[in-house]
Amino acid sequence: MHVMEGFLPTPWWQIWFAISIPVIAYGIYKLNRLVNEKREILPLLAVAGAFVFVLSSLKLPSVVGSCSHPTGTGMAAIIFGPAISAVLGVIVLLYQALFLAHGGLTTLGANVFSMGIVGPVVAYLIYKAGMKANLNFFLVVFLAATLGDWATYVTTSVELALAFPDPTGGFTASFGRFATVFAVTQVPIAIMEGAITALLFKYVINVKSDILVELKVVEEAVVRKIKGVAA
Amino acid sequence: MSRKLELIVLAIFLVFAGQFLYMSSTTDAEYGGADGEAEGVIMELTDGNYEPIANPIWEPPSGEIESLLFGLQAAFGSGIICYFLGYYRAKNKYENELGYKNSKESKSKSRLL
Repeated sequence: MHVMEGFLPTPWWQIWFAISIPVIAYGIYKLNRLVNEKREILPLLAVAGAFVFVLSSLKLPSVVGSCSHPTGTGMAAIIFGPAISAVLGVIVLLYQALFLAHGGLTTLGANVFSMGIVGPVVAYLIYKAGMKANLNFFLVVFLAATLGDWATYVTTSVELALAFPDPTGGFTASFGRFATVFAVTQVPIAIMEGAITALLFKYVINVKSDILVELKVVEEAVVRKIKGVAA
Repeated sequence: MSRKLELIVLAIFLVFAGQFLYMSSTTDAEYGGADGEAEGVIMELTDGNYEPIANPIWEPPSGEIESLLFGLQAAFGSGIICYFLGYYRAKNKYENELGYKNSKESKSKSRLL
């Protein structure tokens, strides 16, 4: 779930835009360069973007009796990095803000920050650390996607708590309430997202691993191990 | 092909589906959207005084239309992913297993011979 239209007062909605716009601009620059250098990544980029599209359209029930969306940004973050993920995220967020009244235009900056930037950064860092530690590839992908999704919602809670501090308890009390609504709800949904992301990676690697190796996302040895297990 | 990962994912899914079915039939949980709940928290924190600074440009007129738009989003994204997987799976099969080569490549190779 994103911050709804109009629910971030001045100066917060401007602040999040000010932070997010440079990242998106950098992401567009990086994207242009990547596509010009290696045109063959386009199908994979389409898949990463489509994955965000699909996953953020699903409203999944959580264990506490409410619904929320997964984010789907884990795959884009792992393959293309956080900056390009921000670009993909902004496209999806615009579609949902304009056609579904889900999220908003004033809150676009804040929502890109949580879903397009912080989430992917967390996923990316966890993935790189996990692969360096030579852990099982699917486990690392699962952890990266799950914790990235969860970080997105923790960030949304922070954004709302900063804008609406509790009159008595301040930011902390407010954050506790928003986190209960968003972050606790999100745990099972994030786990589902991690599992699906790992599964999709399995199919992508089996079918087109060369681009992933070329982009230095996975090492050849890891690919061979995965395909060897699968064969 | 080892289907271990598929089985693990299926198990995770069944746990959540089972838990959901159980909870929805035994408790009166509403399963509303979490952003609606957040709106409730905001109203409580501001004693109902908060006025949104903007309104959505357009809202789907009903839950049915909203379902349509979410459904389109999912269908469109799935189409792209599945086309990609199918295309490259077939390409691998034709190039590697069946030995089919791009006709331009094989023509230029036969000229070298």
